[in-house]
Amino acid sequence: MDITSLTAMEIREKIANKEISAQEVIKAHLDRIKELDGDLNAFITITEEEAFEAAKRVDEKVKNGEKLGKLAGIPIGVKDNIVTKDIRTTAGSKMLENFIPPYDATVIKRIKEEDGIILGKTNLDEFAGSYSTESSYFGVTKNPIDRERVPGGSSGGSTAAVRAQEVALALGSDTGGSNRQPASYCGIVGIKPSYGLVSRHGLIPLSNSLDVVGSFARNVTDASLLLDVIAGRDEKDPTAMDIERGSYLEGLTGDIKGMKVALPKEYMNMPMDARVKEKVLQAAKVFEKLGAHVEEVSLPHAKYAWATYYLIVVSEISSAMAKYDGVSYGHRTEDYESLDELFIKSRTEGLGEEIKRSIMAGTYILSTEEGRKYYEKAFRVRALLKEDFDRVFEKYDVILTPTTPNLPFKIGESVKNPTEMYGSGIFCIPANVVGLCALSVPCGYVHGLPVGLQIMGDRFKEANILKAAYAFEGELSLGGDK
Amino acid sequence: MTREDILQIAEMSKLSLSEEEIQIFMGMFSGVMGQVKELDELDTEAIEPLYFLNVKDKPYREDVEEESLDRAEVLKNAPEEEYGYFKVKKVMD
Repeated sequence: MDITSLTAMEIREKIANKEISAQEVIKAHLDRIKELDGDLNAFITITEEEAFEAAKRVDEKVKNGEKLGKLAGIPIGVKDNIVTKDIRTTAGSKMLENFIPPYDATVIKRIKEEDGIILGKTNLDEFAGSYSTESSYFGVTKNPIDRERVPGGSSGGSTAAVRAQEVALALGSDTGGSNRQPASYCGIVGIKPSYGLVSRHGLIPLSNSLDVVGSFARNVTDASLLLDVIAGRDEKDPTAMDIERGSYLEGLTGDIKGMKVALPKEYMNMPMDARVKEKVLQAAKVFEKLGAHVEEVSLPHAKYAWATYYLIVVSEISSAMAKYDGVSYGHRTEDYESLDELFIKSRTEGLGEEIKRSIMAGTYILSTEEGRKYYEKAFRVRALLKEDFDRVFEKYDVILTPTTPNLPFKIGESVKNPTEMYGSGIFCIPANVVGLCALSVPCGYVHGLPVGLQIMGDRFKEANILKAAYAFEGELSLGGDK
Repeated sequence: MTREDILQIAEMSKLSLSEEEIQIFMGMFSGVMGQVKELDELDTEAIEPLYFLNVKDKPYREDVEEESLDRAEVLKNAPEEEYGYFKVKKVMD
């Protein structure tokens, strides 16, 4: 039996049935990491010792007939911008190269309470601020499907690790597509929950009003399992709402007869790789075959989403990065005469190009009259964008678009052509700006490279998008293992 | 955007820029502001800005005293500390 090809659900079942032990599961995955990760570089830190300790505890529970958690014995990767007690958490930055958090993020606590086993911390663009996982201080992550290409980003370490079967599940964060775009590029399932469904306590902030934590897996069921565990109110995050919901897993019936599916013409008419568009139109046909009603709709303000997103995100980044000053934690320059010099040198040395660019743009927007004018306007346009989506969701359950307009690009290409990289988030950002839930599910391959279908749902209607994705995946069966 | 404008923003951002970066930023700002100006096409006078997505039904918590993080634990990440405080070089005479 190849343990690393098992799904999370199968692992859980086999451990509970005593077919395999948690320690065997962890060993198989750690061996796989040792075999592959020297080249893939999906992980920044591997927590072998802690993982075996946790696996032993699960095996003890099995032996003693104790109740097992929902994630018992399942190997999980955690994006390295989610803090883990006593485990280095770098956010992919030199600034936090030696940062060892004194507490666990709420999502980590919940994983541990359900007996999930964390194998390590995965690579990401510095502070999760880009789309290719090339801007990490800890090197580039390669796409396991084609190692000359990027895995996407910013959660590229997590998606590469899941795809390469180094872990069964992973956590990521999504500010403007950082879960969905790399999930699409690595041919796996990636969920961006509604803003407020999952606690952000312990997520190192990039953009406070857009960031969300979400899950990755090689199929919809596994990704739903992890979302079930991490979702829910948290007193430590006032934006985490108390949402009444059933189990997402139990909602996966495979039956979507009568579901109302919208195909937004403004997005489908945006410039994109024709082969990607073709795959998404084929996916819409699959929905029809499954008994759903697919209709074209209009989201008239679509073309303004990027500018709105940009104004909000860089402003919030400049504010979120202000705390890295070399005083209380993080990188401190060796030589300084004044406090100002301490701040400037520590930040200049500790932060990378990409983040500096965002800080500069955000500072400009927040500090000049012209910038502030557009900043305020962005929030008014955000209201218009929300109205667009509200109108569609009055009549429809889900919206389909491509996850990205292109196929995974080659490592190094984004330097020559940054527009292509930033453009890869164009279909993802509206869900962040409006706080919707969305996911990416594989919908086909073009010359061996994966294409992702984005399924968007109204706020806190995760059940709809998961149900739709599950039915679609069952029909197409392209995801990964099952 | 002039060179001076860029340097002023860098000063506010507490970053020091190389000559190459100054040139890159000058180009970047003009490009980005060009795209941002697309929003001028929209009349938003009558639209209320949407700053927060989760204003309704915000859950409250009980005001119960909780243990906070241990001081020694927190200070482990400080580049320099003394007597339980963050330490920097003497900055005032």
